[in-house]
Amino acid sequence: MKILVAVKRVVDPNVNVVVKNDGTGIDLTNAKMAVNPFCEIGIEEALRIRDAGLADEVVAVAVGIEKCQEQIRVCLALGADRGIHVVTEEELEPLNIAKILKAVYEKEEPGIMIFGKQSIDGDNGQTGQMFAQLTNLPQATFASELTIDGDQATVIREVDGGLQTIKVSMPMVLTTDLRLNTPRFASLPNIMKAKRKPIDQTTPEELGVTVRSHTETLDVSPPPGRQAGVRVGNVDELVEKLRNEAKVIA
Amino acid sequence: MSILVVADHDNTELKQASRVVIAAAQALSEHGGGDIDVLVAGSDCEAVANAASQVPGVSRVLHADNAAYQSALPENISHLVAALADGYDFILTGHTTTGKNFLPRVAAALDVQMISDIIGVDSLDTFKRPIYAGNAIATVKSSDPKKVISVRGTAYDAVAAEGGSASIESVDAIHDAGVSEFISEELAKSERPELTAAGVIISGGRGMQSGDNFTLLEGIADKLGAAIGASRAAVDAGFVPNDMQVGQTGKIVAPELYIAVGISGAIQHLAGMKDSKVIVAINKDEDAPIFQVADYGLVADLFNALPEFEEALG
Repeated sequence: MKILVAVKRVVDPNVNVVVKNDGTGIDLTNAKMAVNPFCEIGIEEALRIRDAGLADEVVAVAVGIEKCQEQIRVCLALGADRGIHVVTEEELEPLNIAKILKAVYEKEEPGIMIFGKQSIDGDNGQTGQMFAQLTNLPQATFASELTIDGDQATVIREVDGGLQTIKVSMPMVLTTDLRLNTPRFASLPNIMKAKRKPIDQTTPEELGVTVRSHTETLDVSPPPGRQAGVRVGNVDELVEKLRNEAKVIA
Repeated sequence: MSILVVADHDNTELKQASRVVIAAAQALSEHGGGDIDVLVAGSDCEAVANAASQVPGVSRVLHADNAAYQSALPENISHLVAALADGYDFILTGHTTTGKNFLPRVAAALDVQMISDIIGVDSLDTFKRPIYAGNAIATVKSSDPKKVISVRGTAYDAVAAEGGSASIESVDAIHDAGVSEFISEELAKSERPELTAAGVIISGGRGMQSGDNFTLLEGIADKLGAAIGASRAAVDAGFVPNDMQVGQTGKIVAPELYIAVGISGAIQHLAGMKDSKVIVAINKDEDAPIFQVADYGLVADLFNALPEFEEALG
């Protein structure tokens, strides 16, 4: 079985993002870029499945600008076997990404297609589910535990009220939540080895996918600020203020 | 024009999140979005359909009752919603784990780019939504003929639960993809209000030092009728389960009063609670970033302050 993991190039989660003054977006000039943390968890899960002998190949696939190669190389250094890069200069919406990945899926025919549950830039949380709809595959989203048994998988999912367990048939779509695993670090020898692993490049056109823009971002602004309030000296003063000034407790 | 709201429920109760979505639907209505119908899809969920029919502003409740819809398996629900979409210009649901699970599938089935997690309606095609963990607010215009939208649970005040009298119509269509199966659910049991619906929340962070110490929050929560939350640091340290997490990767809350105890105030936590009406921070580190958003800050050792706090509440 083959596992395909979709990975996205995003701003490093530790970077303090700055909104551009002209309202056109986030200033990413010179910002450190990284593999979306949820996608990194996806790579880790795929590697663990392969290393347990349940899969024989892990492929990292990214859609985006030329520089997405950097993030695919990171995945190869972590242990993925090869990469696929669908090159496009356009910033594509989740629906377009899902269509492109469907075309990749049909060529590669993996048993599991893994996505992060959301990217930390757009915060849409759509691509995995859209992909599952387009390919007519079952999905297990927000996964915190995966157990494979033949052509079935049992997945524990993080839901608002607690945990839910479902069983899905493979091929399947998995989207990762934080507690699924803790990703490894790439070792220096593996970083060197990754330089020789293959990355196939293609384009949406070569895959026969027509992309179409559905939305337009009119403005990006900083959120309304919140002023720091007052310091209180002790608990009694705090309770007095909450009762009589803020009037939020009886 | 008309609007379809897909209800979030557990086959017994209509979730408060759905009444927030109906408030967003009313905002669309005010812009000319049309009548509001509510779809209640589940199994033996008549009580939910009845509850939905009593929400003011709802014209019609569509009640799809079948075992296939029991646990909101997304493969089944998305087909049902997509099949009903013909009659609607807007399809809305809550940005809950249920809504996030099936709504993107509906959008893909309709070849529509979904608009996730909106916090405001500017017009019939333009919406506000947070990006980069709430560090920026994007204004997004959709050119799709149908709008498929999930609504953040704190975007609007929930509409009243009673006062309306919508008709209830049953939907007989059964969509059972047969590719996934619900096995079990382990939901946190608590006498306390749900985090996303609570008027008061008291949350603990890494400063709590252990899961056992969260009992220090319980007495206060009991006196205030509060829900208990936690920061991601406290969850990652294994003090408490993930369903208690408030933040970008947990629950987004906006109660009347939010009390952050032993929480430093990482961006990812602030993203989940900074819209609370009144914020209290108790932390022994006076430079903790949480104080920059707190209305009332108390620099103190929480192990002294919490027992005093409980006592002062009488």
